[in-house]
Amino acid sequence: MANATPLPDHDASADLAERIRQAGADAAPLRIVGGDTRYFYGREVEGSELSTREHCGIPFYDPVELVVSVRAGTPLAALETALAEHGQMLPFEPPRYGAASTVGGMVATGLSGPRRPWAGSVRDFVLGTRVINHEGIEQRFGGEVMKNVAGYDLSRLMVGAQGGLGLITEVSFKVLPIPGATHSVHLELPLDEARRRLAEWGREPLPISAAAWLDGALHLRLEGGPSSVAATRARIGGDDLDNGFWAALRDQRLPFFRAGQAPLWRLSLPHRAPPLALPGIDERLMVHDWAGAQRWLRAELDADSVRQACRDAGGHATCYGPRPADVDPFTPLPEVVLKYHRNLKAQLDPQGIFNPGRLYAAL
Amino acid sequence: MNILYDERLDGPVPTLDRAAIRDTLAQAIPGLTLLDREEDMRPFECDGLSVYRTLPLLVALPDSLDQVQRLLVECHRLGVPVVTRGAGTGLSAGALPLGHGVLLVMSRFARILEIDPEARIARVEPGVRNLAISEAASPYGLYYAPDPSSQIACSIGGNVAENAGGVHCLKYGLTVHNVVKVEVLTIEGERMTLGSEALDPPGFDLLALFNGSEGMLGVVTEITVKLLPKPEVAKVLMASFDDVEKAGNAVGAIIEAGIIPGGLEMMDKLAIIAAEDFIGAGYPVEAEAILLCELDGVEADVDDDCETVRRVLEKAGATGIRQARDDAERARFWAGRKNAFPAVGRMSPDYYCMDGTIPRRELARVLKGITELSERYGLRVANVFHAGDGNMHPLILFDANREGELAVAEALGGEILELCVRVGGTITGEHGVGREKINQMCAQFRPDELATFRAAKAAFDPRDLLNPGKNIPTPARCSEFRTIKSAANADATQG
Repeated sequence: MANATPLPDHDASADLAERIRQAGADAAPLRIVGGDTRYFYGREVEGSELSTREHCGIPFYDPVELVVSVRAGTPLAALETALAEHGQMLPFEPPRYGAASTVGGMVATGLSGPRRPWAGSVRDFVLGTRVINHEGIEQRFGGEVMKNVAGYDLSRLMVGAQGGLGLITEVSFKVLPIPGATHSVHLELPLDEARRRLAEWGREPLPISAAAWLDGALHLRLEGGPSSVAATRARIGGDDLDNGFWAALRDQRLPFFRAGQAPLWRLSLPHRAPPLALPGIDERLMVHDWAGAQRWLRAELDADSVRQACRDAGGHATCYGPRPADVDPFTPLPEVVLKYHRNLKAQLDPQGIFNPGRLYAAL
Repeated sequence: MNILYDERLDGPVPTLDRAAIRDTLAQAIPGLTLLDREEDMRPFECDGLSVYRTLPLLVALPDSLDQVQRLLVECHRLGVPVVTRGAGTGLSAGALPLGHGVLLVMSRFARILEIDPEARIARVEPGVRNLAISEAASPYGLYYAPDPSSQIACSIGGNVAENAGGVHCLKYGLTVHNVVKVEVLTIEGERMTLGSEALDPPGFDLLALFNGSEGMLGVVTEITVKLLPKPEVAKVLMASFDDVEKAGNAVGAIIEAGIIPGGLEMMDKLAIIAAEDFIGAGYPVEAEAILLCELDGVEADVDDDCETVRRVLEKAGATGIRQARDDAERARFWAGRKNAFPAVGRMSPDYYCMDGTIPRRELARVLKGITELSERYGLRVANVFHAGDGNMHPLILFDANREGELAVAEALGGEILELCVRVGGTITGEHGVGREKINQMCAQFRPDELATFRAAKAAFDPRDLLNPGKNIPTPARCSEFRTIKSAANADATQG
């Protein structure tokens, strides 16, 4: 067991629980805030601020068990540093949209980085959560073991729910060793050819852990044992690429993300989805991350048309902003699915105090 | 406490007339196969945990989605409980029928609808066998990773209901990590798609919630799973130890060396002897414990890792290390492990398989605790262990024909699970709660946490018609469980 880094260690769960109990009694909505770096990722919430920042620290980390438990207000960077000291990592490569990004915000939004299609998403590595419910009681679901199917999987349900079902106070993750070797390459290739090669490589056990096409080139990351990375590098060719490229892509620091005032759209599509038929849009001006499964688009477009094109291709579109007043961030849910979202919200948050309207107006 | 549905503890049972309901369903759903004679329903009276048996009210064997939908609508209207069943291989009585409920058998939905090698997905009906998916994907160099021991027979619908695991979970995940989309029918007969081929769809992660929900939130009618490229090579090392604790420490040391094996299994002396006697796998019968460590991936990396693991095992005090020379020997090493349950079964008229998960560092303490419990209850226990992820399968040997011995085995099993909870583990890693562990849920969760589970259930099935009595105990049951436990503790203190 190790807790070597001088991280602030403070358990504020009793204060948080009391605030929530009071809010429940008053039926007064709460706006949950961690580092506030993901404020753009959702609808505006009207409510008094409930900050998790004071609730921080790493109560449990055992590198041999591959398990870490972290309080929600802990800075994401601090957690990743603590893991790296033991040669370990969060495999889903969470984006940081600022130094203040917290673990709670990472889980509540459920966003994953370049390694996601190969390693899995945030929810895939969540083993357990502690959540304060609408009555102000801290409850524990899942745990600190790898396999656990006792009861419903409420811990994974919290991932991406944006705090709408309860306040996440602590999360246990499965962590993995940092790969022995990493090498990135840059291959000048037209988009079609890049897509063709990625489809072919995807059926082989190659050590690819990131693949993004932008600016006329395929950017690839190889990770694994030194032997296989070296062999794959020799086979694939291309120019060396600084491994730092992936953090810049992950955190949206590349010039593409910085340029222009038009809204930024994230299009999530099946791997095999062909280029989208969007009027006036050249696919070559988009960023094609996740081997084409996550595409970034910057354009003034009618939101309904973007969403319809994505739906037709089996995917969905999220508006990252700047967002016109009449555009919701997330693709609307089918009616039946929305009905069960509403039921779940009504059951777990009957007074509607947890981030009301953050995901959808009806929730 | 009785495991079978108990109206006093599990909730009121509606008074239902079998013939009337059969006639209503037959009329409302043309062509639906319905069984209502005792001799026809007998094969469906239990799942893989065959010590618990109940004849259902009726058995329905639909062969179209339309029939399933109408059946749910009718049962909802009539207030008749529905228990959904796949292949019936589950080990926790999750598909145990109810005398006052319809058993909905999904085995006729057994088509593989699509294998898409480029997208690396398979779209299948719920009755498709787990192994059949990998067989169909094999020509494309792909496979479906989760491999429960029952993979020859178990169906993917049941895998989703139980969030099934297997021997490769540490590296490749459970069912929830390998399912991208499901089509479901609600108890009201509504169709709903959860998840998506596109990654991370918006809204609550209802797909994660449905995995492992034991058929209590809806009926899964179609499943899209992720396929992986077959590893280039897989190599297996077998290490023997003269002490169980050393073997347990070796597991931690392998992971500490930065290696995530494809499979990492441990067996204790009784399990080794049983397997060797049954299969002739080449296991060292004089050892107190063996570890099987499979490394898979690209050949060059696997060779490097084999060397590292060999050094780690030597340092951990292994008394012998053998690497399978070829695929035939590798298959033989695994055959011993995969047949450990039936092998142990040959040593005893009956056996009862437990499924606790513990933090690995507690292994020695838990094995010692199991040995003490085994002596106290006078029943032998063999230990088979997914060591990499801390999932234990103690096998309790007993004879159901001896008066009271099943009850002793149940009590011993219950104590083993409660021991797992005490060291920070869980009562079920991959088999599910079902009816089997319904009482131990009261030990693992507080009443307010169980109330939250019931609230989640109420969002989908407020009238509690889908598989009632499974997975989440009622307050009445837990209250009785706690009363019995505290009385037993008081006795122990006085004694």
